[in-house]
Amino acid sequence: MKETIGILVKNHPGVLSRIAGLFTRRGYNIVSIAAGTTEDPKYTRITIVAEGDKRTLDQIVHQLNKQLDVIKVIVLGRDESVRRELALLKIEIKSGMERLEVMEIANAFRANIVDIGKKIITAEVTGPTEKVNAFISLMSEFGIKEIARTGKIALSRGPMSIREEKEDIEWEEE
Amino acid sequence: MRLTGAEMVIEALKRENVEIIFGIPGGAMIPVYDALYKSDLKHILTRHEQGAAHAADGYARATGKVGVCFATSGPGATNLTTGLATAYMDSVPVVAFTGQVPTSLIGTDAFQETDATGITMPITKYNFLVKDIKELPHVIKEAFYIARSGRPGPVLVDLPKDIQNAEGEFDYPDNITIEGYIPDPPVSKREVLRILDVIKESKKPIIIAGGGIIISEASEKLREFVNLTKIPITTTLMGLGSYPETDELSLGMLGMHGTRYANYAVSECDLLIGIGMRFDDRVTGKIEKFAPHAKIVHIDLDKAEIGKLVNTFLGVVGDAKRVLNILNEEIKSKGLSFDFSSWHETLREWKEKHPLKYDLSDEGGVKPQYIVETVGKLTNHKAIIIGEVGQSQMWAAQFYKYIEPRTHLSSGGLGTMGYGLPAAIGAKLGRPDKIVVDISGDGSFQMNLQELATISHNKIPIVIALINNEYLGMVRQWQELFYDKRYSHTSLSGNPDFVKLAEAYGIPAKRVTKNEDVESALKEAIESGTPYLIDFIVKKEENVFPMVPAGAALDDMIG
Repeated sequence: MKETIGILVKNHPGVLSRIAGLFTRRGYNIVSIAAGTTEDPKYTRITIVAEGDKRTLDQIVHQLNKQLDVIKVIVLGRDESVRRELALLKIEIKSGMERLEVMEIANAFRANIVDIGKKIITAEVTGPTEKVNAFISLMSEFGIKEIARTGKIALSRGPMSIREEKEDIEWEEE
Repeated sequence: MRLTGAEMVIEALKRENVEIIFGIPGGAMIPVYDALYKSDLKHILTRHEQGAAHAADGYARATGKVGVCFATSGPGATNLTTGLATAYMDSVPVVAFTGQVPTSLIGTDAFQETDATGITMPITKYNFLVKDIKELPHVIKEAFYIARSGRPGPVLVDLPKDIQNAEGEFDYPDNITIEGYIPDPPVSKREVLRILDVIKESKKPIIIAGGGIIISEASEKLREFVNLTKIPITTTLMGLGSYPETDELSLGMLGMHGTRYANYAVSECDLLIGIGMRFDDRVTGKIEKFAPHAKIVHIDLDKAEIGKLVNTFLGVVGDAKRVLNILNEEIKSKGLSFDFSSWHETLREWKEKHPLKYDLSDEGGVKPQYIVETVGKLTNHKAIIIGEVGQSQMWAAQFYKYIEPRTHLSSGGLGTMGYGLPAAIGAKLGRPDKIVVDISGDGSFQMNLQELATISHNKIPIVIALINNEYLGMVRQWQELFYDKRYSHTSLSGNPDFVKLAEAYGIPAKRVTKNEDVESALKEAIESGTPYLIDFIVKKEENVFPMVPAGAALDDMIG
C-alpha cells in the first residue's frame, strides 16, 4: 500500500539527506518526496509518499520519529487531508485541431496553459495524484515531450497543525 | 571565557568528566592536539584510528561512561568508521571528534578531505559539522547528551581546522533539551501492569534479557523480578552478565550457538518476555518458527524495535529498570506469587540431558572450550572478557559463565573482527581494578594487532588468550558443515610466530600446546601484572556446538 506521511523537521543543513538516507539504508521505498520551508523558518516540512506493507510503514514512522531532527510525524489519510501535486507538461501538437483539443481538455481539468508554441503547449496541472495522472494519460495520446512533477504535498483537514495532531498511526488502504 | 575552538574541545571534555581520550593526531587535528598538550587530560595514542574507536567503545561498555576518540580528517575519519558502526549496532555511547579541512576548502577535494558527516550518517546516532565557532560549545554538549541518553550510540563532531583556531565565547550549558527528542519516555504503569495479568495466565513463561538490561543498569531489578516470579531466564549475547548464569533459573545464552535447553525453552514456552533485546536473526533463527506457542511481551526503550520483526502481544515502551521496578513493587505490594514448578522440572530435565559439552582430549591440540572454562575458574567469573568475532567469540560466550554486568564485551551486532584487542585497552583503562582477558582467534587478532604497541608502551596489563587454529574458524566451520569442506580461503597458514611477535613488542608470551599446561600458563599470565600473550595451539577443526544452521528453526540444532 501507498501512504502519505507528513514530517516536520528542523531546518538543518543535510536534513533532507538524513531523511532520504534513512529510507535507503533500511530499504524503504519512496514514491515521492517533497520538501519546503514552513511558517517558521526554523522548520522544514517534508511530505513523503511511501510504499510497503503495514509493518514496513509502521517501521518508517517509528524510525522517522527516532531521528533527532524530526519534530513530528503524521499519517495523512485520504479522507482527513488535502493532498495535491503539481505537474508541468510539454505536449506535442501536430495541428491547430490538436491545439484546440489539448486546450479543451486542459480547461476541463482546470489546468493552466503557461506557454504556447507552434509545436508545443506547456500545461500546468494541479490536484490529487489521481487527477494529475489522468491528465497525463490523456495528454500522452498527443505526445508528451517532457514532464516535471513536484511530488505530493499534503495538509490535514481541520483546524490543527501537524504539531497538534495526534500521533497514533492509522493506515488506510489507498 | 574566550577560548579557541580547540581549547573549547578540551575544556568541554573536562566539563563532561572525560578521563581518557583515544586517538591519533593529523594535519587537520593539530590545533586540538596542541590544546591537549597544554592540558592534563589523559590521551592514549593508538596505532590505528580503528583501534581508537574500539578502545573508546570498550571503555564505554566496561564503565557505562561515554568513550571519546580523536582522529584527523580524511583517512583518519574513514578509519574510525568500522569502530563507529560497531558502537552503533550495539548502542554504545561514544563521541568521536574528527578534524576537517578549513571551511573555505570544504567541497574542493582538498588534501585529506572527506565528507565525514556524510559517510557516518547511517552509522552514528547523530553527527555534526561545525561551521560557526559560536555553535561549538552547544554542539559538544549536545553530542555527549545524545550519545549517553535514551538508546545510547556514537556521535561524531567534525571540526574544520579554521573553527579549531577561531576564538569565541565559551559558554557551556549545564543542561540541555533537544526539541522533539524524548530520550526517556514516560512509562505507562497501566500498560506495564498488564504484563502481570499475562504472566498469571501463563504456565510456561520465559524471559529473554538483552543488552538493554546492562545499558539501563537494571540487573538488580531483573534479579529481583526473576526471584519474585520464578520465571526462567535466558540472555542474548549482548545480555550476557545481565543475570548470573550460575543461578538455577538461568538457561544461559540462546540463539544460533545458544544452549539447547534455552532454545528448546523458547520454542516450547507459552509466554516470552523480551526485555531490552531486539529479536536479531542470530537470536530467533527462522523467524516464522520462533516461539510458535508464545504470547510475546516486548519491553524496550526504542519504540521502533517493538513489532519490527515479531508480532507482539503486548509492547511496552520504556526503560527496563523503570518497568521492572513497577512490576516488582506491584508484585510485592499485592503479595503475588506464581508457581511454575512443573515448567522448572521440564527445564531441569533438558539441562541434564543436553548440557554444553566438549571432549577434553589432547588430540590435535588444546581445547578452546577448556581455555575459556579455565579463565572462568581462575578469575571467579569476575574478569572482563572480551570476545572477538567468530568461534572464539562463541566459546567465550558459552563457557565462561558470566555473573556480573559489563564483564562481557563483544561486537554482537556488527560482528567486527579486530574489535577485541583495542576494546580490551579501553576496558582495562576504564576498569583498572578488573582482570581483562581478550579471548581472540588468530584471524581477529591480526586485524588490529598493531595495538600491541599501544599496550606495550602504556604497560596495560591485558591477558591475550590467542585461540590459534590457523583458520578463519567460523567460516571454515560453515564450509565444513554446509559447503562440503570446500575451505575456500579460510586457511591462515603463513601466520607469524605469535610468541616472537609479542616479544618483539616487548610483551611476555608463551606457547601452550597441551590441555595440562593451560591452567598454569593462564595463572602465570593473570598474576604477572603485565601485558601477556599466550599462543594456544588449539585443535584446528574444532567446531562451535550446538548450532542452529542459518535459516533453521531455533529447536532444530546440530552438534
